[in-house]
Amino acid sequence: MSRKIGVYVCHCGSNIAGKVDCPGVAEFAAGLKNVAVSRDYQFMCSDPGQEMIIKDIRDYGLDRVVVASCSPRLHEKTFQKACARGGLNPYLMQHCCIREHCSWTTADPEEATAKARRIVEGAVKRVADHQKLYSREVGVLPDVMVVGAGIAGIQAALDIAKSGHKVHLVEKSPSIGGHMAQFDKTFPTLDCAACISTPKMVAVSQEPNINLMTWSEVEEVTGFVGNYTVTVLRKPRYVNEDVCTGCGACLEKCPTKAISEFNEGLGFRKAIYRNSPQAVPSTPVIDGNACKKITKDKCGICQTICPTGAIDYGMKETREVFHVGSIVLATGYDTMDPTPMREYGFGRYDEVYTALQFERLNNAVGPTEGKIVMKNGRKPESVAIIHCVGSRDRNYHEYCSRTCCMYALKYDHLIKDKVGHDTMVYNFYIDMRCFGKGYEEFYRRVQEEGVTFIRGRPAEVVEEDGKLVVVGEDTLLGINVRLPVDMVILCTAMEPRPDATEVARVFGIAQGQDGFFLEEHPKLGPVSTATDGVFLAGTCQGPKDIPDAVSHASGGAAQALALAAKGTVSISPTTSWINPDICVGCRVCVGLCAYSAIEFDERRNVAVINEAMCKGCGSCAGYCPSGAAQIKHFNETQIFNEIDGLLGMIPGWLPPEAGGGEQARATAEQPGDQA
Amino acid sequence: MSHEFEPTILAFVCNWCTFTAADLAGTSRMVQQPNLRMVRMMCTGMVDPKYIVKSLLSGADGVLVSGCHPGDCHYINGNYKARRRVKLLSEILPQFGIEKERVKLTWVGASEGNEFAATVNNFINEIRELGPMETRSMAVV
Repeated sequence: MSRKIGVYVCHCGSNIAGKVDCPGVAEFAAGLKNVAVSRDYQFMCSDPGQEMIIKDIRDYGLDRVVVASCSPRLHEKTFQKACARGGLNPYLMQHCCIREHCSWTTADPEEATAKARRIVEGAVKRVADHQKLYSREVGVLPDVMVVGAGIAGIQAALDIAKSGHKVHLVEKSPSIGGHMAQFDKTFPTLDCAACISTPKMVAVSQEPNINLMTWSEVEEVTGFVGNYTVTVLRKPRYVNEDVCTGCGACLEKCPTKAISEFNEGLGFRKAIYRNSPQAVPSTPVIDGNACKKITKDKCGICQTICPTGAIDYGMKETREVFHVGSIVLATGYDTMDPTPMREYGFGRYDEVYTALQFERLNNAVGPTEGKIVMKNGRKPESVAIIHCVGSRDRNYHEYCSRTCCMYALKYDHLIKDKVGHDTMVYNFYIDMRCFGKGYEEFYRRVQEEGVTFIRGRPAEVVEEDGKLVVVGEDTLLGINVRLPVDMVILCTAMEPRPDATEVARVFGIAQGQDGFFLEEHPKLGPVSTATDGVFLAGTCQGPKDIPDAVSHASGGAAQALALAAKGTVSISPTTSWINPDICVGCRVCVGLCAYSAIEFDERRNVAVINEAMCKGCGSCAGYCPSGAAQIKHFNETQIFNEIDGLLGMIPGWLPPEAGGGEQARATAEQPGDQA
Repeated sequence: MSHEFEPTILAFVCNWCTFTAADLAGTSRMVQQPNLRMVRMMCTGMVDPKYIVKSLLSGADGVLVSGCHPGDCHYINGNYKARRRVKLLSEILPQFGIEKERVKLTWVGASEGNEFAATVNNFINEIRELGPMETRSMAVV
């Protein structure tokens, strides 16, 4: 089988050429079987680089192309498109990686060059047996599902709805707004959080294109890009949303109290409750674990009092099924529980608060109606704010939570403003990271307000004579400090939701080392995931402040809309194929297929692939005892050829001047005979 | 041969986890010994045992199969299938005079670049200890 293969070795500036002798590799490739032209070039992904391939396809009549450059995860599509522009089927191209897996990880230039030769030979051998494949176009359903209705989910839903597409917005808590609804002010502009988020929340509830489902969770996702089927579990609210007017009479009369999660445990709520008076939707929800009517069949006051008869204790959970084209995940974050950090005394000392608790103390509808007071009702005379609690700490979370410095500065200002300028405020920080627009200016302003900054993470917080004493070291002055204060605020880390692993599994996406959802590429694909049609928005991808979360969400919405607006998506043709001439009808593959994509044709006594359902995982091909099942683009001959190429010359590589080149060419001929 | 034995290792890695981890190890410039050559598969579930046998007979001194952690498979459960196949294969290999240590199955998640580099270096060292694949000279493909 004679081929005309073009080989292109990329220097990637000095990224590859710094270690690998690129011209040498190209020269080596020129000697391989079937290679018609072999070149090296500074940047293959650049316009002139791609033009070079296109021109060669025409000039030399190339029928196969090998590009040796960066990881195929980065630029495989780029070169496939270049080949297509040159008139070559994109699947007749093999992209092999001599950067991430070779030049960047190998210490010795000679070894790196030798490895690069092997990688290129593997690709050249493999590509000779590539076959033309054609991707299928399938329709994309116009609706989009957004999961999580915090500020990111709200933004994404509104952006999508504005374009005229229908959005199903699923929120697991009884009302929307997420953590932002708990805040009082936002940095650095000191906008009131409710004033900027409530109008958006109301807009969501009034937008006809948004189907808002609160107190609901996504249970199952099936299908593929453009055609997802999502099952949403709607938990029983015990209040009929369609009938309830949100008058709130039930909230006043309910005799049962429970600890308020929304107030971070600082206050109580009723068994029938809503998070705040501004909650959207205003329909309350009954806490099934606390309500005496539901647990013990006593009480029932809310039903008696409800003027519209909206209360229904017999409500059961229901499931709804939606068909959507794409999914935006905006499931958000949690703040770390600092209880395990016993040295800071959270949970032991009354006046040690987490940052979210302090937000609630500040909030006008919080447990203290916005007054910053201690549990004994007096104003604190001195407050210590401890930064990086659980962040930048190898024992908890190694990453920086990005927002703590700024909200700590916000607290500094708010304390000075609300409690009085004579209040002493001490910040224990490791580094101040005020990276955003207007952030550094805010830092300076707070310094001018007379806030004290002490560099060094405190060792512990102890109680002495009714005061809390923060013990630490001022690392700039090199002295130990013991600081008596009335109140301590812990700037706790942002961390992934405890159920993030479960959510990742449901949506088929990956988590990074820190537990947040993994984006496709940290720089080039920050909103897409490895699963086509599933996008990320906001802090479920990593710690973000509000502006970043909102812009990330708009990015996710744009990606989902791009799919929906185009209306079609091309599906990879690298599915399985069962050769009916070889298949003996043993049916092993039918049971192995995780997607039920294999049917058995009783008449012909062979197994048949349903291409629309096959995802190309190769479970069938890896097992098929007769070799009838093969994955297109990863078939047996292609893999065998690649193995042959990769193992070309072993173990001692000889430079061409020592006769190695000849040896290589001799070896290169062999596997052809074997195959 | 005058020089010291340098093993050749072939790795079949899944596109979604270990291949991504290998990319990450690269971008993080985690130096690895140069003895490993990687074959990208979509899933470890498509690694046919005959690919492994073929590699060993064609000159590899060790074969690494690496995919997503159990439960994380991009294709639901391909890695469990790989686990079964590799286990069965490693039962059979010794009967043909091939040490079962030459075939290794590991799980390396997409974010575990450091784990990937460590796995590669350790496996290369293990095979270097084990010595060259003797069966190769007898093998007829």
